[in-house]
Amino acid sequence: MRLREEGALLSEGAKREIEALRARYPVAQSAVLPALLRVQEELGWVPPEAMAEVGRLLDLPVEVVAEVASFYSLIFTEPVGRHVVQLCTNVSCLLSGAEAVRERVERELGVRAGQTTPDRRVTLLAVECLAACDQAPCMLVNERRYGPLTPEAAARLVKELD
Amino acid sequence: MPQPVLLRHVREPDQADLHAYERRGGYAALRRALRELSPEQVTDLVDRAQLRGRGGAGFPTARKWRFVPKDAPVKYLVVNADEGEPGTFKDRTLLEGDPHLLVEGIALAAYANDVRTAYVYMRREFYQARRQLERAIAQAYERGYLGQGILGTEFSLDVYVHPGAGSYIAGEETALLESLEGKRAMPRLKPPYFPAVMGLYSKPTVLNNVETLCCVPWIVREGPEWWLEQGPPQLYSVSGHVNSPQVVEAPLGTTARELIERAGGIRGGRQVKAFYPGGTSSRPLSARHLDVPLRHEELAKLGSMLGSAAVIVMDETTDMVKVIARVCEFYREESCGKCTPCREGTVWVTQILDRILHGRGRPEDLDLLESLARNMTGTCFCPLGESVPPSLRAGLEDFRDEFEAYIRAAREPVQMPVRLHLGAPAPGG
Repeated sequence: MRLREEGALLSEGAKREIEALRARYPVAQSAVLPALLRVQEELGWVPPEAMAEVGRLLDLPVEVVAEVASFYSLIFTEPVGRHVVQLCTNVSCLLSGAEAVRERVERELGVRAGQTTPDRRVTLLAVECLAACDQAPCMLVNERRYGPLTPEAAARLVKELD
Repeated sequence: MPQPVLLRHVREPDQADLHAYERRGGYAALRRALRELSPEQVTDLVDRAQLRGRGGAGFPTARKWRFVPKDAPVKYLVVNADEGEPGTFKDRTLLEGDPHLLVEGIALAAYANDVRTAYVYMRREFYQARRQLERAIAQAYERGYLGQGILGTEFSLDVYVHPGAGSYIAGEETALLESLEGKRAMPRLKPPYFPAVMGLYSKPTVLNNVETLCCVPWIVREGPEWWLEQGPPQLYSVSGHVNSPQVVEAPLGTTARELIERAGGIRGGRQVKAFYPGGTSSRPLSARHLDVPLRHEELAKLGSMLGSAAVIVMDETTDMVKVIARVCEFYREESCGKCTPCREGTVWVTQILDRILHGRGRPEDLDLLESLARNMTGTCFCPLGESVPPSLRAGLEDFRDEFEAYIRAAREPVQMPVRLHLGAPAPGG
């Protein structure tokens, strides 16, 4: 991993936003999750140096930040692809053909759920209920939700990602 | 069929806009409350409407509000928008389609409980819902429905949206508060941590679900008698093997048969085999329960529950072993690891179900599963682990033949019997 100079990791805008988040709460630690998500918006994931940076901005030991970061599945503590695809595999989607969608998307990308394509284009995740069972089987492509999906439609969607 | 209440305007394309919401009667309840009603009178209306929490536990809302000590100088309102119970999508529907309804409900609940700061804890995956709600909050501030001196009164309120980051257990109320405090979402011990007395930052905290708060403007505006005459209105998320899965608004106590019909009937004209009445944490019921009113009392009698009113429908072709295994896997994935019965139990249960599904089941596995279900009942720290036994029991009691068929067909019969003695302490330990 390439280490960057301290402070050069995050943009000034992100740092200001993280500091502003503190004002929403009587206790600075409450801002940890929103701050980590802000980091992730900028870097795609949360490298250890960024945890330290968040700790500095919120006056918290890095251990506290790391402890929180490692608990939540949508804080990425490993690098992810340029696009993150979250495929629902819970019951309502399962009953509506999510397994076929998953197999087809895995074939299209050449990776299994939980993996990133070698060109770092797409990270595919099999996730729990997305609360969109009226669109089952469904998936999130970055921030956008799609469904109901056929295996072919899902494969097309991930193929078109640049 | 009466006109829907909670879903009345949810599909109007402009409903998320403040002016459209006002034109359709929005914020009239807040105006009325601030001008004519005391906080206690607002709580009384909610009480007379017999409103019960719509998040899963079904606790009477007014009683919850009255637990909050009146004289506490700092109190919080926390909105649970972490909808994650499998099969549930009604809060998301309300948030995306009618976000001002929630904002007005928040303002009313804050007024009733003398709260000045509210946080909406929303799961990360709700990108669209979050955009809609943040826009509604900004509009409400501009128009004077939030902020300092609301509508020229002394009442002030700030509302913030707080993101989750992928954790089902954060929907459990005390785990949600831990998460909101910037910690791992692990549940707290009750007592002493009843949110109403020792909630967010150890201050008294009112914690309500999105749908619950969306009921409040209607109750205040039209009165509790009117509310009860409407059913009372209840949102059922109907999904699975139905032709058009959707949120159905129907009077509380509607049967699964009627709900399935409202959702377009069963796909391919097939028959129902089973259905979850209240998300995967409830005990799944079989076709003979299609005419049971889906209400708290009736479902409790069957060892099930209304929960989040997520009706997941499974037709006659459904492999119940597979469904139950998938449900148990979900709880294993989402177990926070704090207590042993849940952390270990979910692993054992899924391992056994997995080998049954993959042709390596043993005849004694069903007894093992029963033993695990027994040992995960009443022993877990929070409701997450306790959500596994209802599915297991239904599997072993109502769909046992499907499990037995898998085991009979097992490819590698196992000679050595394996037994778990979870009930008795180990010798010397």
